[in-house]
Amino acid sequence: MSRLFLIAHLAGRAVAIDSAQVDSVVDIGAIVPVPRADKQVKGLAALRSRVVTVIDPCAALGVAHSSEDSARAVVTRIDGHHYAIQVDSLEDVAPFDMVPLASGIVLDGGWGQAGCGTVELDGEPILVVDLRVLVPGALPIAA
Amino acid sequence: MDDLLQEFIAETRETLEALSGEIVAWEAAPDDRERLDAIFRFVHTVKGSCGFLDLPRLSRLSHAAEDVLAAVRSGERHPDTRLVNAVLGIVDRIGEIVEAIDGGLALDDSGEELLIAALDEGADATVPAAASLPMRSPTRSVRLNVDLLDRMMSGMSDMVLARNELARRLREEGADPAVEAALERLSTTVAEMRDTVTRTRMQKIDALFSALPRMVRDTAAELGKAVTLHIDGSDVELDREMIEMMRDPLVHIIRNSIDHGIEAPSARRGAGKREQGRLSVSARQSGNQIIVLIEDDGKGIDTDALVAKALRSGSRTEAEIRGMDERARLDLIFEAGISTKEVATAISGRGVGMDVVRANVEQIGGRIELTNAPGKGLSIAIHVPLTLSIISAIGVGVGEQRFAISRQAIEEIVSVRGEAIRIDVLGDTPIATVRDRRLPLVDLGGLLGLDGNGDNVMLAILSVPGGSYALAVDTVLDHEELVIKPSAPAIMMTGIYAGQTLPDTGIPMLLLDCAGIAAAAGIRFWREAPADEVADEVHAAAVSALLFDDLDGVRRLVPLSAIDRVEPVATSAIRMSAGKLRLSLDGRIVPLAAQGDWSAQPTAHVLRLRDGDTEIAYAIREALDIVDLPEVMLPARTPGFVAGVVAMDDAQIEVLDLYWLFGEHGDTGQRSEPPLCLLDGADTAWMTSFLKPVIESAGYRVATALDVSDKPAVVLTMDQVPQYFAPQVSVVRLRREVENAASDDSIYRYDRAGLLAALANGARV
Repeated sequence: MSRLFLIAHLAGRAVAIDSAQVDSVVDIGAIVPVPRADKQVKGLAALRSRVVTVIDPCAALGVAHSSEDSARAVVTRIDGHHYAIQVDSLEDVAPFDMVPLASGIVLDGGWGQAGCGTVELDGEPILVVDLRVLVPGALPIAA
Repeated sequence: MDDLLQEFIAETRETLEALSGEIVAWEAAPDDRERLDAIFRFVHTVKGSCGFLDLPRLSRLSHAAEDVLAAVRSGERHPDTRLVNAVLGIVDRIGEIVEAIDGGLALDDSGEELLIAALDEGADATVPAAASLPMRSPTRSVRLNVDLLDRMMSGMSDMVLARNELARRLREEGADPAVEAALERLSTTVAEMRDTVTRTRMQKIDALFSALPRMVRDTAAELGKAVTLHIDGSDVELDREMIEMMRDPLVHIIRNSIDHGIEAPSARRGAGKREQGRLSVSARQSGNQIIVLIEDDGKGIDTDALVAKALRSGSRTEAEIRGMDERARLDLIFEAGISTKEVATAISGRGVGMDVVRANVEQIGGRIELTNAPGKGLSIAIHVPLTLSIISAIGVGVGEQRFAISRQAIEEIVSVRGEAIRIDVLGDTPIATVRDRRLPLVDLGGLLGLDGNGDNVMLAILSVPGGSYALAVDTVLDHEELVIKPSAPAIMMTGIYAGQTLPDTGIPMLLLDCAGIAAAAGIRFWREAPADEVADEVHAAAVSALLFDDLDGVRRLVPLSAIDRVEPVATSAIRMSAGKLRLSLDGRIVPLAAQGDWSAQPTAHVLRLRDGDTEIAYAIREALDIVDLPEVMLPARTPGFVAGVVAMDDAQIEVLDLYWLFGEHGDTGQRSEPPLCLLDGADTAWMTSFLKPVIESAGYRVATALDVSDKPAVVLTMDQVPQYFAPQVSVVRLRREVENAASDDSIYRYDRAGLLAALANGARV
């Protein structure tokens, strides 16, 4: 059965995000740092009258930082808290069939935890990421 | 207590109104089980509340009615008209008494016996007519559903946030003055509303604690135990509903503590404890939760007995038990049907166990933690969330960033450049001295890794459980009312934030958790043991000592515990007077010891040493450092101001002999609280005029009558039998004759030496 996925560029890679995890797509303003928090926690940002926790996916995935900071973010709600996951760019929302990772494919580093399958966009496999994994302190829901 | 009473009255009145229909229906159909149950619940509730509130008349009435209704429920009695009438008579009477309590009127209790007697089987059918009461004035109060208050509260929070956003947008776009004025008015109204709404939900936890002393007293008396109760933190505010939800668990835990925890006096004596058990109940706010701590010094939980019980009841297999650590075993107490006590007692064994307590606490989003010290006591911490979502806070700035600190935690805010404020470094640790208090100092910028601008430092003195510390910040901004929302787990995990907020500026701000910051900075507070605590529990820890350069240029040590403070004094305040070196200090004269010439400089540093009430000063050149006193000390050859020498990093450092110093220099006559000598009996006039100067010069305070708080150290009398008598107060009796005709222990009244010796003996007993 097809589900809606959001195709985005995140930490320099094209990824697909289950639209059920996406609350909204926003441009965030000034980010207030949170000293002493994990490095994935970029800081806090105001979103209308709400405060969201901004997550830096590069730090969460353990990959090198992309050159410039994008103000784009995908807002997701996990355990009652709103998080804004920074993304490089957003492409499209479309229905896809998710398939599990083919046998033998082991993803490197942080991607291994976040990746939970692939979708195919014009013949190109795109990794489906679970946003919960990027958020420290939130455990992925057992499938 | 008044709050509780008002609540009880309101509740009873309300139930009575609702019940009036039921009563009529029951009268018509006495066999109707539902009606019966409703009335039974009513009298049962009234009975319960009465015991709590100490209303014996209501208690007796409701108890009698409950008994009869219980008999009806169990089928032992049939609800005939006579019985129904009698019960209704009692219900009416309860209503009358409640109105009388509310109106502060006296209501004579005639007829109540008859009412109760009318319940008996075969009693006369006559029910006394209800006494007519003056009409009460209608009270201006309504009872509201907490749900409604909740909705109001969350609506209020959203309103504040929306107003903040509106204000921000208007500022950005430069609105015209008329709109600004309208917004201003809106802001004021919103702020007032918010205050009101917040108040509707908050209540001091005192509402929960105020009933405890009575309950502890009664429970302890019932069990033949002696318990002293300490209550702390009564002014912590908590959501009204939370307080209600906490009531039952708290009562249960306390009853448990007294019943199962604190031992009988004889057992306590045997265990080397004071006969009086100590129970302490305290509340404090920590981060975004309230912690209610119930500690007793009883025997703790016997986990072995728990385990045995669990095995016997079959709830656990032996293999499971073996796999459990101590904590898991302790947690067995929370399982249904387990209690360490074999026999349930009237106090706590009513089929309600710790499992229900835990369920109740968890129901309100809290958790319960046990700290068990077998043989020494049990401490139960109930953590409940703070639903308080709007707090009054102070903004502080470090570098570029702003943080909020809850007003509740702030004792005061001082500028480092203010008078009586100093910052020193002990070892590598900065400390702040604010007036007379020495406090650990935490640099917020340093702790958070933010660059402060260094100067213009302000100190916020924060009070946290256990003690206080000073938090250094760059700037202190305004005071704000903030809507605090919980932060994401990743942020809470740092342990130094209590939540986040969006103030008017539109820039998110973090609320600091003051206790968390203290912990992150490594501050530990240790409780100064209460004066009545058993002393032998103190562990031998390394003794800290102050290293200093003495006036004669020698480096010496003195144990830190004896030092009251180190301070500079003008050398002009030091004088050789009345045969001794003395220092004038704060209008008093303190004996001074010095090992060299102090007069060269305009000021000298003195150590102010204190032993109980005796104080001496010791002039030094410079205080250097605080070090651990080495355990091995070679004693000095001759007694003197140096007790011996210790080795520190290959240097020989002399240690001051406090014993010798106080013996040599201490003025024993200057005790701040001299022992009291009571002149008792018929001849106080003679004793006052003749003896008082003698006794006073020997260091006593003399009185001929006692204040309530006074306890004489010794009683002096010339009567055969003293009028004042108290255990452990010795009586010195004087006689008029030189000869001791009766050969008793009396003393000739002009025998000065004998008299003083006897007083000294007596005062020591």
